[in-house]
Formats: sequence, structure tokens, C-alpha cells
Amino acid sequence: MANVASTDAPAAGLAVIEIDHGTARLHRMIFIGIAIALAVAPFIAYPVFVMKVLCFALFALAFNLLLGYGGLLSFGHAAYFGMASYVSAYTAKNWGLTPELAILLGTCVAALLGALFGALAIRRQGIYFAMITLALAQMVFFFSLQTPRFTGGEDGIQAVPRGKLFGLINLADDRTLYWVVAIIFMAGLLAIYRIIHSPFGQVCKAIRDNEPRAISLGYRANQYKLTVFVLSATLAGLAGATKAIVFQLASLTDVYWSMSGEVVLMTLVGGLGTVFGPIVGALVIVSMQNYLASLGAWVTVVQGVIFVICVLLFREGIVGVIAKWIKKPL
Amino acid sequence: MTFKTLLTTTAFAALMSSPVLAQQISIKAGVLNDRSGLYADLSGEGSVIAAKMAVEDFKAAEKGIKVEIVSADHQNKPDVGSTIARTWYDQDGVDLILDVPTSSVALAVSQITKDKNKVHINSGAAASDLTGKACTPNTIHWTYDTYALAQGTGGAMVKAGGDSWYFLTADYAFGHALERDASAVVVKNGGKVLGAVRTPFPGTDFSSFLLQAQASKAKVIGLANAGGDTINSIKQAGEFGIVAGGQKLAGLLVFITDVHALGLQTAQGLVLTESFYWDSNDGTRAFSERFAKANGGKKPSMVQAGVYSGMLHYLKAVEAAKSKDSATVVAKMKELPTDDPLFGKGTVRADGRKMHDVYLFEVKKPSESKAPWDYYKQIAVLPAEQAFRPLSESECPLVKK
Amino acid sequence: MFELLGIPPQALFGQVLLGLINGSFYAILSLGLAVIFGLLNIINFAHGAQYMMGAFVAWMCLNYFGINYWAALLLAPLIVGVFGVIIERVLIARLANLDHLYGLLLTFGLALIIQGLFRNQYGSSGLPYQIPPQLTGGQNLGFMFLPNYRAWVIAASLVVCLATWFLIEKTRLGAYLRAATENPTLTQAFGINVPLLVTLTYGFGVALAAFAGVLAAPIYSVNPNMGADLIIVVFAVVVIGGMGSILGAIITGFGLGLIEGLTKVFYPEAAATVIFIIMVLVLLVKPAGLFGRTT
Repeated sequence: MANVASTDAPAAGLAVIEIDHGTARLHRMIFIGIAIALAVAPFIAYPVFVMKVLCFALFALAFNLLLGYGGLLSFGHAAYFGMASYVSAYTAKNWGLTPELAILLGTCVAALLGALFGALAIRRQGIYFAMITLALAQMVFFFSLQTPRFTGGEDGIQAVPRGKLFGLINLADDRTLYWVVAIIFMAGLLAIYRIIHSPFGQVCKAIRDNEPRAISLGYRANQYKLTVFVLSATLAGLAGATKAIVFQLASLTDVYWSMSGEVVLMTLVGGLGTVFGPIVGALVIVSMQNYLASLGAWVTVVQGVIFVICVLLFREGIVGVIAKWIKKPL
Repeated sequence: MTFKTLLTTTAFAALMSSPVLAQQISIKAGVLNDRSGLYADLSGEGSVIAAKMAVEDFKAAEKGIKVEIVSADHQNKPDVGSTIARTWYDQDGVDLILDVPTSSVALAVSQITKDKNKVHINSGAAASDLTGKACTPNTIHWTYDTYALAQGTGGAMVKAGGDSWYFLTADYAFGHALERDASAVVVKNGGKVLGAVRTPFPGTDFSSFLLQAQASKAKVIGLANAGGDTINSIKQAGEFGIVAGGQKLAGLLVFITDVHALGLQTAQGLVLTESFYWDSNDGTRAFSERFAKANGGKKPSMVQAGVYSGMLHYLKAVEAAKSKDSATVVAKMKELPTDDPLFGKGTVRADGRKMHDVYLFEVKKPSESKAPWDYYKQIAVLPAEQAFRPLSESECPLVKK
Repeated sequence: MFELLGIPPQALFGQVLLGLINGSFYAILSLGLAVIFGLLNIINFAHGAQYMMGAFVAWMCLNYFGINYWAALLLAPLIVGVFGVIIERVLIARLANLDHLYGLLLTFGLALIIQGLFRNQYGSSGLPYQIPPQLTGGQNLGFMFLPNYRAWVIAASLVVCLATWFLIEKTRLGAYLRAATENPTLTQAFGINVPLLVTLTYGFGVALAAFAGVLAAPIYSVNPNMGADLIIVVFAVVVIGGMGSILGAIITGFGLGLIEGLTKVFYPEAAATVIFIIMVLVLLVKPAGLFGRTT
């Protein structure tokens, strides 16, 4: 992707803000901190719970790449997350693929779907874009509902085997699987970090902030938008495919529009357009759902209240506020 | 921990007074169901109340069995349900999970229960696969299943003269299964199926499909759907004068709570199958009155009754086995005959199917109803052997042929 | 008589009529969205929840206060409209200078809150609401049995849609409104209270949703989730029609109801998706929608 930027127009043509040394060091420390947290987490908390947080954090990171850095609010990210989760569950269960191949295949399908929907959706902007992605995702939902042979209908694909990584390492044990998920998560996070700080990422930000100006500077805005859309869909797919292996289940919940809403909420709570915000957001929202599960419909109400509060008073999100305090981008 | 904990027994006080027992068994039962969605009324908190009543009536504390009941909301989502089931078994020391309406969640929970070697007594779900090809040695399916619903509604309707059918089928696996089972029964009893229309799921407007059903001139319109779809299709059938025009509506999965939501004016004349009705005999009435007092005046649904009955039988098995080891308890449950005021005498079969009679009801006209919740009149009784799939046709690997 | 694809024409007429009836709900709802979008530039995600509130207020009127359907038809939109006015004043107005996407997110949150609260209070099974006695029964039109209530729905929604169109396109108030849509600052300079206009417009759009809710109450079950899935279909309707004109929203609403109705006859499995498929086609050919302005 990066060479798209270099062939199209020199990145230096825009006022690219290079991150200074102090920030780079801070980010490196945060990465080390995350790595340490990942290493000790399974010994402190219930590993399945941590894996769930990681999957959703990756999902939110992917979403934030699109909204925070591409300026495109997709209300249909459940489509890529869910479709990838179906594909990886289906291939692992019915074709007997090893988990890494199943996840890879799921991710690829999400990328294709992203390219297709992205090409349609970027024809409109702003609110229309959001509504179109939502409607397209709802189409995927109906497709999933009506093709029980593939998706298992409302039962979903259950009892997906976790299988053996590379045909060697048995993942049935939660702890073993945890390390795989942690590595996938770290890889996803690093990839997103690279994308954001690449010349490509800078151009995306320029388009987000002022599209006509970026176009006048010779950037093909739609190509950039489509690329970032596909990247985001791909990573969302990676999260969904991994989740299917972890929970041994792919279900309609993953493609329903409320899932799209949840990922928006996670990103918003954590901090829109911050690198690390979505991780915090996912942690907060998943824990909240977990601990409030017995409250039933009140969970929806609480989520709605958080939405409203975030939009009205807390638009920077948790990490955004911290970044403001320490005056460094996070 | 995570979930609302409801201590049901004051075991300590009871222990003081009762003779010292050789071994105190403490059990943690989880009631996992829909507490906020479509099935909250027919399962929900009512099932928790029913489970607690079973513990009380069994006098568990006096018998040295300490029971704690926890509950959670699976929101009808298999992923939420399986996460909760895993956490309960892995972390919270739950021994058995009760209820679990919604077939998709039930199948997921049943699988996890088998992996973790615990016990699952299902009351709320309809999938006959739970004791068919997806059967496990750890799952007992208590109250009803799609096979029984089809036998009851399909078979009895044909015998009563409703020999031509048209199906309104919700277009998803569950709807298809209901239609398939019911069609087979209709044909087997000498009726014929004139056609079926697949309705988008979930749907709100069924008028177009009802018009097609009306045009088919079938004597019976079978509603192979559930929940909101059923309610809306019945409501709109009334509006289009379908019942008034002489066609009968047969709900393949209708609960008393649905009838309550519809109101008799709309639901009258509907024929449906259930395995429990609160107003059947003195035993059910006495139970239901106590239940209603605890549940804001609402009478128990068959699902809630099934939770009571299942919990009671589990406790009996624990007492008899003097252990809560899953394999031992399930073996005892299958060995001991069941007996309670709600479902009468019965058995638990090798495949995990609880056997009891099933009833065909017709919903009363508003003029026939004398009291709140006085909704059904009984048309026919199906003996257990006819209602449930015979072992000879079973796809369950546990059944030795 | 001829047959079309094996469907007798009588049955077809019936289905066309039913399609139009469904279309009337799409029309009122997309009209409300269009009115709000025109002036506030936000997509009101809470529209489905407000539609549901309309139905519930009608139910409450009847069950708590004994107020009948006809009074509720006026009262419910009024009550929910006032609720909308409060929401606009207290919450949405604060977002006036921000990216319009925040409006979408805010109303999404509101929709979650409203639906959650109603689910807690009334459960999800739905509540019964009878057709008013004046409209029970139906007419045998020869080709179909048309329930009186459905005929009333189609008539009422046509009247409301046309009245709204008239109000906005032909009256002085509508002229202010259109002026404020084009250029709020200039309109304000002419001494017109634009913030008030914005608030009232939101209230009016919400009231339209509530009106549709009351119309729906006797035929669909009064259920906290009744608006949640509908709103996404209406979004697709709006994308297809484009946000350009009031009349566009009305025509698209009825037209898509019709197409959906016909799909139910010829290929029922696709009835849930047909509107989305049309949306994709329209986007390919006319990205701005059928009646949309290209900006």
C-alpha cells in the first residue's frame, strides 16, 4: 500500500507531521507494556475472557483505522467480522483445515467483501456512507440467515474444532490457544501502527481533514479511501475469524447490526483516532457486558447512556483525554 | 462473582436442627435463559422461581443437600450463552444448567456441558435434535420438542377433520424443521399438504402470505414459526377474517404467554400443543397459585413448570445416589421414575428424553373465559409414547439397537 | 383472463394493494427522516424507537386512561413530538457545530436507551392493541378481502404525506423552513428564529414517526423492538430516494413497498433483501439516489 502513496504524489507534498523522538519512545514503552500485560494476563484473569477482549480489541482497532484515520464512519463492520468468522468456522469444521489456514481464509473473504462493499459505499459520503454500509451489512445478515447449509442459520456453526496449529500444536487447552491469539493481536496492532504512521496513513489523514485539498494536490482520494476500507475490513475479518476459533462458534450475532454498533461504541469510549484507544474501549465494554450480564435489558440502556455521554461530553474518549493531559499523541 | 447470586436455602439454620448427616452435598444450579428478549415471559425470572420452589418442596436442606441457584441472561444468542456456560462451569463451580430456551443456545450449552462433564436439564428449547443426533449423556430434555409439537398439532388436527394444510413457514432452519415434521405427520394421518410459503424472518407483515394461504382453500393454516412472527401472523389472520372464513389456524409453537399477549379476542379458536396447563388438575392449580404469587400474578408456562419438575427429579437422583457426580446422577435420573404434581408419572429415556403426556388445546372464546388466564380447553391427550419420537427411529448414538 | 407467471391477476391486485399499505409506513417514516435531515443535517437513528413510542403511547392511553384510538392518533404524536422537542433542546442542539456523524451516534445511543427501557418495563412479547370498533371487518373487493383498517391506513398516510408536502412547499412556514435549510445564517439575519424552527422541525419529524407507530399498533404487535429492524429498511429507502425532495421520499416509500409486496408473491425468500438489492443497483447508476441533489 505504501507505494501507492509514493507513486501517486510525494508524501512530502503534504505537511506530514513526523512523530518526534519523545513520542516514539513513549509508544515503544506502551508496546512493551502491552506485551507484558499480555504475558501475565492469562495467569491473573480467565483466559477465555482475555481472548474475547483481544478479539474485540482487534476488531475495534480495525474499525478505528477506518473512522479515526480515514474519516469514514462505517455502520456495517459486523459484515466483515461475521463473514470471516463464518468462513473460518466452516472451513475448520467441514474441510478440516488447520486453524491458521481457516483464519487466513476467513480474513481473505473479509478482504474481498470489503473491496466489494467499499467500492459501492465510497460513492457517497458522510451520513449516506454510514447508511449504505449499514444496509449492505444487513443484506449480509439476511444472507447468513437464509443459507443454513453454510451458516447453520440461527444455530450458527457450533462445535468448531480448535484443531492443531500447523498440524502440530493442539489448541484445545485455553492457555495454549491464548498465546496464539495474543500473537495475532500483537501482529494486528503493529500492522495498524505501521499503516497509520506510513506515508499512506498520512495521506489518509489529509483526505479525512480536507478531501478537496488532498485531491487538488494530486491524490486520488477514492483510491486511498477504498484501500483503507479494505485494510480495515481485512483486519476486522482477522478478528472475527480468530473469535470463531476461540469460541468454537460462529453465529448470527456476529453479523447483526448491533455488533456494528458495539464496535463504534468501543472505539468512541476508548478514543477515536488514537492508536491505543480502541483497546481500552474494548476492555471497558466487554467487561461491562460480562459483569452486567444478569441485568438483561439494562445492558442496552447502559450502553446507550455511555453512547450519549461520550458524544456529548467525552468525545476524545479515555485515551484521548489522557493524550491531552500528557500532550502527546497516543 | 459475575452473576447475580440468589441464595435460596437457609441451609445453615436447617443444618442445626436436622440430624448430623454423613456427608453434606452442596449443589450450584444455574438457570440460563432469556431474561430480556422474546422468551423472557415464558422462561426468564419465572424459571428461577420455579427452580427455587423445587428446592423448597424437596426440602433439600433437611436432607443435607445445600442448593444455591444462580441465573443469567443468554439473550437468545449462542455466543453469549456458551460464554456464560463456560464461565459457570470453569470458574463458578456450577453443577447443572437448567432451562435454556432457544434451540441454538441449547445445542451450544449441551455441547459444552458434555465437554465439561456436567448436567444440563433443558426445558425451554424445542429442538428434537437435543435427544436425537446431537444427544449427549449429560443432557436431559424435559418439557417438549418439535417432534411432539408436530405430532400433537398435526396429528390431532387431521383426525379432527382438518385434512388439508397450508404452511406459513418462517424462513430459517427452525421454521423449516417444524414444517417438515408437521407435514410428515399430516400426510401419515391421511391428510394432504397443499403448499407452503416461506416468510422472511423475522417478519412483521404477514398479510401477503396470509392472502396466499387463504387462496389455497386449505382447511388448516399451519404456522411454522415462533415468538413475534407467530403473534403477528395470528393477529393479522384475525384482521383478514381468515378464522371467520372457516379456515383454522394451527400454531406449531405457541405458549400460554403468547396467548396472553394476543388476548382472547384475537387468539380464539387457535389450536396448539403444550405439555402442561396450569388449570389441568388440583395439583397443577395448587402449584400455579403459589407460583403466581411469587411471579407477579402470572401463571406458569410449560417451560417454567418443566424447570420445576426437572430440578425436583435431579435432587431426588442426588439424594438417591448420595453424590453429585454427573454420570452417577444422570444414570439415577434415568433409572428412577419421575413423579410430580405437574407432569404426573413419567420416565427419562436412555437418549435423555423425558416422557410424559402431551395435550392438544384450543383457545377459548372471550365469552367462555371465566377468570384471568382461563385460556384453554383441552381437545385431546397424546400418550407419551405417541407424542415423542420412538427410540426405534432415534438417531441418538446412546440408544442401543 | 390472462395469468402472470402463474399468479391470477386478482391475487396480483390484492398483493399490489398490500404492498402499498406497507409502503405507506415506509413513506411516513422516510418523510420524517427527510424533514429532519433537511434542516438539522442529522440522520435520526432514534426514528425507529420513536415510531415504537408512538405505538406504546397509544397502548398506554387506552390501558391506563381509557383514551380510545382516535384520540390517541392525535395525542400520541403530540406527546412523542414534545419528547422529541425536549431531546432536541437538551441534547441534539449541543452538537450543532460538530460533524454530523455525532448526531447519528447520539441518536443511536438514544435509540438503545429508549428500546432498553421499554423492554425492561413491558418485556418483548408484545402487547395487544385492538382495531378500533369503527374499522373492524372489511370489504370484499372481488379480488381480495380488504380489511377496513388497512384501507384506513393507506388513506390516512396519503393524507398526512400530502399535507406535509403542502405545508413545506406551499406555505409561508414552509418557505421559512426551506430558507433555513439553504442558508441558516442569512435566514436568521432576516429575523427568523432559526433555532426554534430547528427544534420544531425535529419535533414534527418525530411526531410523524409516532403517527406511523399509532397506525401500526393494531396490525403489528406493540413491541419494544418493532422499530429497530424497520429503521434499517427505511434507511435503505432513504438512500434509494435520495434526500432531495419531500415528494421523492413519499414516492420512494410507496414504490418500494409495492416492489416488496410483489416480491412476496413471486419470490418470498428474497422479500427481506429486495430493497437492499435495489439500493445497490441505484447506487451503481445514480449515486445520489433517485431524487437526490448531487452535492
